[in-house]
Amino acid sequence: MSAVAAPRGAHTSRPKPKAPASDRAKAENRLGQRLVAPAVILMVLVTAYPMLQALYLSLFKYRLTTPDDRQFVGLGNYATVLTDSLFWRDTFNTVLIMVVTVAVELVIGFVFAMVMHRIVFARGAIRTAILIPYGIITVVSAFAWQFTFSLNNGWVNSAFAWLPGISPDTNWFGGYGTSMFAIMISEIWKTTPFMSLLLLAGLSQVSEDMIEAAKVDGATWWQRLRRVILPNMRAAIMVAVLFRALDAFRIFDNIFVMTKGAQGTASSSFLTYTQVIEQFQLGLGSALSVLLFLTVLLIAFGIVKLFRVDLAQARGEG
Amino acid sequence: MATTDRRTAVGTGVGFVVILVWCLLPVVWILSLSFKGVDETAAGSPQFLPKDWTLQNYKDILANPDFLDALRNSLGISLIATLLSVVFATLAAYAIARLEFKGKRVVLSIALAIAMFPVVSLVGPLFDMWTAIGLFNTWPGLIIPYMSFTLPLAIWTLSAFFREIPWEMEQAAQVDGATSWQAFRKVIVPLAAPGVFTAAILTFFFAWNEFVLAISLTTTTGSRTVPAQMSFFVGPDPFNPPYGQLATASVVVTVPIIIIVLLFQRKIVSGLTSGAVKG
Repeated sequence: MSAVAAPRGAHTSRPKPKAPASDRAKAENRLGQRLVAPAVILMVLVTAYPMLQALYLSLFKYRLTTPDDRQFVGLGNYATVLTDSLFWRDTFNTVLIMVVTVAVELVIGFVFAMVMHRIVFARGAIRTAILIPYGIITVVSAFAWQFTFSLNNGWVNSAFAWLPGISPDTNWFGGYGTSMFAIMISEIWKTTPFMSLLLLAGLSQVSEDMIEAAKVDGATWWQRLRRVILPNMRAAIMVAVLFRALDAFRIFDNIFVMTKGAQGTASSSFLTYTQVIEQFQLGLGSALSVLLFLTVLLIAFGIVKLFRVDLAQARGEG
Repeated sequence: MATTDRRTAVGTGVGFVVILVWCLLPVVWILSLSFKGVDETAAGSPQFLPKDWTLQNYKDILANPDFLDALRNSLGISLIATLLSVVFATLAAYAIARLEFKGKRVVLSIALAIAMFPVVSLVGPLFDMWTAIGLFNTWPGLIIPYMSFTLPLAIWTLSAFFREIPWEMEQAAQVDGATSWQAFRKVIVPLAAPGVFTAAILTFFFAWNEFVLAISLTTTTGSRTVPAQMSFFVGPDPFNPPYGQLATASVVVTVPIIIIVLLFQRKIVSGLTSGAVKG
């Protein structure tokens, strides 16, 4: 992130004679490629190859229970999926979860980052506290919040009974809205630390002198935030939003544990999983996989365009 | 000025308490739940703390062979995946930080793309492939995909870290009469070790947490990891989830995380932010 990172020291970028390629440069080129080869092969083998296979399988009517009945249907699976209301409902859920959790996390995460940035005491304690949700298993977080909202054994109903709409027998997992709320709380709790740490890194790159100068010029707290701090953190915010949005879009663990998709709370990932693993619909499931992959690409592209940041350039790898 | 400073200090203090409560409350809650007996949760126990504290859940869970198998699988798979992933990532990150070669941008783009990859898309094809070549329901069947999905994070963290190392010290040591091996071992390894260690922690967290592949590519306790095992654990009475035992299992698998966080919080924070923000 050259926009926010400290300039790279002279020692890290040795001058390289460009042309003509000397033996030394050729050897360096070869060594570099050999060193990255194992990692690249592994990454491509486990993702690109299966993805191509999914693309191929998505053109067949193919159930694992009757493998001999495999039959070419062209884009038939895609037509089936795209005309199914279940697919659109689950896509809507996923987008809803993504938008709401990322927006909430951006606000909470920023407040956390501000506190961590300004705090002068107990820095270690606060870092430890914030890293616990980050490190905890998502399934554990899902159980913790499922039990929190549980009808018979949760503490939320008794603790918040004074709020309108909550009574000792509020069944959180009995309806769509409240189930989604519980799922989102678990997701937000687990992933806000990641967001706030990225924002903290961005915040610490904003020059204190600039903020001080704005203060001297009479800028209010709100003006300093909007005109000085946030614009200078744009790159960090963009990275945080991109990563969190794509991560939230893949939501699966929380839904699997908390509702198993009941009350219409399934996500795109959950739908794909149930088609492949529970229904053995490999053809249809592969079509869903391909669509999910394309959606992720689309979202990534959209966010990068929206924030107008070239990631490769931003990473200082021009 | 003085009043705004005081206001900031009060705000920070309040924020500190809010953060602690928000982050730790669910953890304290499962801890409390783990001490509630079966009778208490079966009858419904909405109060926060147990009425009767009991260690029965811990005795049960630590004598449960399925859970112990899952714990062993989780530890083995996560540690092996971490070790291999970090070795591969160290080689790649060294090349990216230190050498000029064709395709560097391609490598970084692949890593970025894989970090965003929807894992569930692979469930179908991997299920098919692993069944065909006999990796289904085995340790390597999980270790291989875990390595590929942790490599991007490890490569970023390490290449960011390696760029900051003063490599000319290696030459300086050689000028002073050290052999290249001595220079590498005595100068470069101590400088690089903290970065490698940080990448290992982040990789371990990923593997320890992974769920989608763990439930899709395993069927028995021979290779099922803790998150998968927990999600299938219904207990003797399907209409009454074993709250106390699930909470206890949660506590047991969270303990290693808490220990790692307590010991290495500074490293984890620097690793996370350098990997993703400074690149």
